[in-house]
Amino acid sequence: MAKYSLKINGKIRQLDVDPATPMLWVLRDHLDMPGTKYGCGIAQCGACKVHLNGVAVPSCQLPVSAVGNQAVTTIEGLSAKGDHPVQKAWLEHDVAQCGYCQAGQIMTAAALLKENSKPTDADIDAAMSGNICRCGTYLRIKEAIKSAAKEVSTSSSSTRK
Amino acid sequence: MNTTKTTYDRRSFLKSSLLAGGGMMLSVSWLSSAKAADKLQALNLPEQWVQLNGYIQITPDNVIKLICPNPEFGQNVMTSLPMMVAEELDADWKNVVVEMGPHDNARLGPQFTGGSNSVRMYWKPLREAGAAARQMLCEAAAQTWSVPVGEVTTKAGVLHHASGKSAKYGEMASKAATLVVPKGMKLKAPKDFTIVRHSKKNVEGHKIVTGKPLFGLDYRADGMLIAMIQHPPGFGMKLKSFDASQMIKMPGIKDVFTLKLYPDGFEQGGFDTRTFNELLVVVGKTTWEVMNARKKLKVQWEPMGDVKDTMTGRSGKREVTVPGELETTSAQLDKMQEYASKAAQQLRKDGDPETAFKNAAQVIERTYNAPFLAHNCMEPMNFFAHVTDEKAVVAGPLQAPGWAEPTLSKLLNLPADKIEIQMTRMGGGFGRRAYSQYMYEAALISKKVKAPVKLMYTREDDMTYGIYRPMYTATYRAALDANKNLIGFHVKGGGIPEHAIHANRFPAGAVDNYLAESWEIPSNITIGAFRAPRSNFNAAAEQSFLDEVAEAMGKDPIEFRLDLLKKAKASPVGKNNEYDADRYASVLTLVRDKSGWNKPGNEKYHRGVAAYFCHNSYAAHVVDIVTRDGEPYVERVFSAMDCGIVVNPDAARNMVQGAVVDGIGNAFYGALTHKNGAAEQSNFHNYRMIRHNEAPKKIEVHFVENDLDPTGLGEPPFPPVFGAVANALYKNKGKRYYNQPFKPELDKRI
Repeated sequence: MAKYSLKINGKIRQLDVDPATPMLWVLRDHLDMPGTKYGCGIAQCGACKVHLNGVAVPSCQLPVSAVGNQAVTTIEGLSAKGDHPVQKAWLEHDVAQCGYCQAGQIMTAAALLKENSKPTDADIDAAMSGNICRCGTYLRIKEAIKSAAKEVSTSSSSTRK
Repeated sequence: MNTTKTTYDRRSFLKSSLLAGGGMMLSVSWLSSAKAADKLQALNLPEQWVQLNGYIQITPDNVIKLICPNPEFGQNVMTSLPMMVAEELDADWKNVVVEMGPHDNARLGPQFTGGSNSVRMYWKPLREAGAAARQMLCEAAAQTWSVPVGEVTTKAGVLHHASGKSAKYGEMASKAATLVVPKGMKLKAPKDFTIVRHSKKNVEGHKIVTGKPLFGLDYRADGMLIAMIQHPPGFGMKLKSFDASQMIKMPGIKDVFTLKLYPDGFEQGGFDTRTFNELLVVVGKTTWEVMNARKKLKVQWEPMGDVKDTMTGRSGKREVTVPGELETTSAQLDKMQEYASKAAQQLRKDGDPETAFKNAAQVIERTYNAPFLAHNCMEPMNFFAHVTDEKAVVAGPLQAPGWAEPTLSKLLNLPADKIEIQMTRMGGGFGRRAYSQYMYEAALISKKVKAPVKLMYTREDDMTYGIYRPMYTATYRAALDANKNLIGFHVKGGGIPEHAIHANRFPAGAVDNYLAESWEIPSNITIGAFRAPRSNFNAAAEQSFLDEVAEAMGKDPIEFRLDLLKKAKASPVGKNNEYDADRYASVLTLVRDKSGWNKPGNEKYHRGVAAYFCHNSYAAHVVDIVTRDGEPYVERVFSAMDCGIVVNPDAARNMVQGAVVDGIGNAFYGALTHKNGAAEQSNFHNYRMIRHNEAPKKIEVHFVENDLDPTGLGEPPFPPVFGAVANALYKNKGKRYYNQPFKPELDKRI
């Protein structure tokens, strides 16, 4: 066991845990933040993705000991009111069926748009192909990312003015 | 998370439903007695929900809460079922909140999610519930305003009278709840719908995109422990001995023990399928600790030998022998070939197929194979249970709580009214969660450790446990005369351990000489319903075969099917034909017209078509393949559906699109194979699932417009995808593909 002070969704969280514990289980079991999902445990499905300093990573493969000072953002902290452009676009396109994989899809999409506010279809495929959706909502996910991209690029260009 | 505290005594509902009489409609008992309403009013809380019947609650400040009776696994019933209530209630959808109901079959009906039945089953009762509540509100207003009830009108949650009086539903709800529930309500004509047929967003959309705890795996309770089960490494194996001395000392580990699921001679219900009966259980504080400790278990396994099970069901009690053999896929294929050449059970015979084949100028014979498939719901199996001597509270993802409850009651030796089942949102189901053994396991573990417990399967546990789509084969034969007319049709299908043949489906009824036969090979690999059971193979095989027959006859594949359907309509052959030839034809003509079949502008595509009827709805797809990076890629799909009235159109389109993606994925990649009893795939690194870059760019969904009562959509669009993909693949590669999944053969790995 070891003590950690983690920066999660803008707050400092203290905990005493086995250093090898993946962030997925730290979030779900120790911090009561179950929005991040378990799907495979081997970084093949993307359901557990969180942002580590803004980059989408599978939290099932991220031991708590490796986090250090890096900021962790989870689906619960992506926006204050659930109004991140990606979340809004997901609702606009009514993407979800069962909904289980969608937190991971949204976190991956949000990280993509942060890096590339005008992704092509190929960019979206490349960024999103680590996320499995058994319900098959891929088309709507792609449409939603394009809608969100419009909002992201409009708002960033207006900021520049 | 659904943690609703119900404010009623369940037994009183059972009583009132008995008073109401029998039948399904009446098992949906109305909270009609003045007594029950008095009880609610006696609470005298301004914010108290006033319950008008089992499905409808209204607050004085006009929030309308509609109860969804059926478990939600992504088919969107939490939105579509309440839409039906709201339609007849004339509610303002903006003021509607939806809550998952408690498990209470007496009050809320069968509560079964499966067989594409939710919308179909609840179409009448839910609208009647809405209409009855609306009438009671009108009556309350009429009494209050001293006007005839016939003069009270409603619109969007407001009561009106020509005198200018008006009141929101919430203002009249308390009074309405004291009135007698009217029966035999006249329901709206489809042309008057303002909510049904108008797309509504998923009522849980916001919770999903913000990561709220909705699913079974998210369930949490004070003092809750985590449990996992180590199951044998292969089918046909059982526990011999184990040594937990090392791992029991590991941090967070509470207990390691073995537990029997069903006692000897236990009468299993039809959906009590389990693969392994003796459980090796590890219980600890946190998931990670239990996962790690389990790896340190030293376990010895041994072959289980033949096992006898006692099953009960509609056909009565029967003993079943489960063979103990450790199975391997190549040997299974050999065995299927052997069985296919033996005499089989006749399922249906029309005319004289023997003579037709004897006299045929040409016989086409083709054999199709498909592997076991794992459901791979994104949320692995799990369940929460807190069992004490007095009662049991269980919560989790389950498609059929009503089927599970009697077994749980027997296993725990607790009466049903001491068992509370809470239905969480399911991270997928696809049939897998109709089999509740993981709930029983959780309950027995909780009882043993005397603590609240969440049982969790890892992905590996989930994928290698069984309850798969069976392994199937079928040989089709068509007899053509010298003028290339189809004069005979023969299908002989088998499977491990079940066959897939639907003997009364198309083209039965359209061919004068017809024969359907089947055989089965027992196995210890357990199987269960998988999205459109049996149809998911039939449609693949039969629709590929029909494509080949049409080609041999020199006919367009759509026109060929339409000709057969014309015949099935004009002079149906045989009895018990399950499909409506007109509706079947309507999806084919719709998909033909919308896809521009045989029309210029589609030259870049290799096109395949298939259609199928199952679970009361009709589906047809045109699949367009292109070659991308040297490989066939389904770039575009046109779908046509006839499911009667489309309750929630945009969500319905989503469902069809998803089924198409799922079908393409399983057609190309889905396979679960075995070696010496062990599943050879255990997680997504070796069980390939379709991914973003492999999904089509466009899936255009069209619905046949009619006013027929709605039927389901969860399953019907899925099966014909396989056939349409196979037929398009033939155009793309110039070669027919008979063995699913197609990808290994495309890669020349087999």
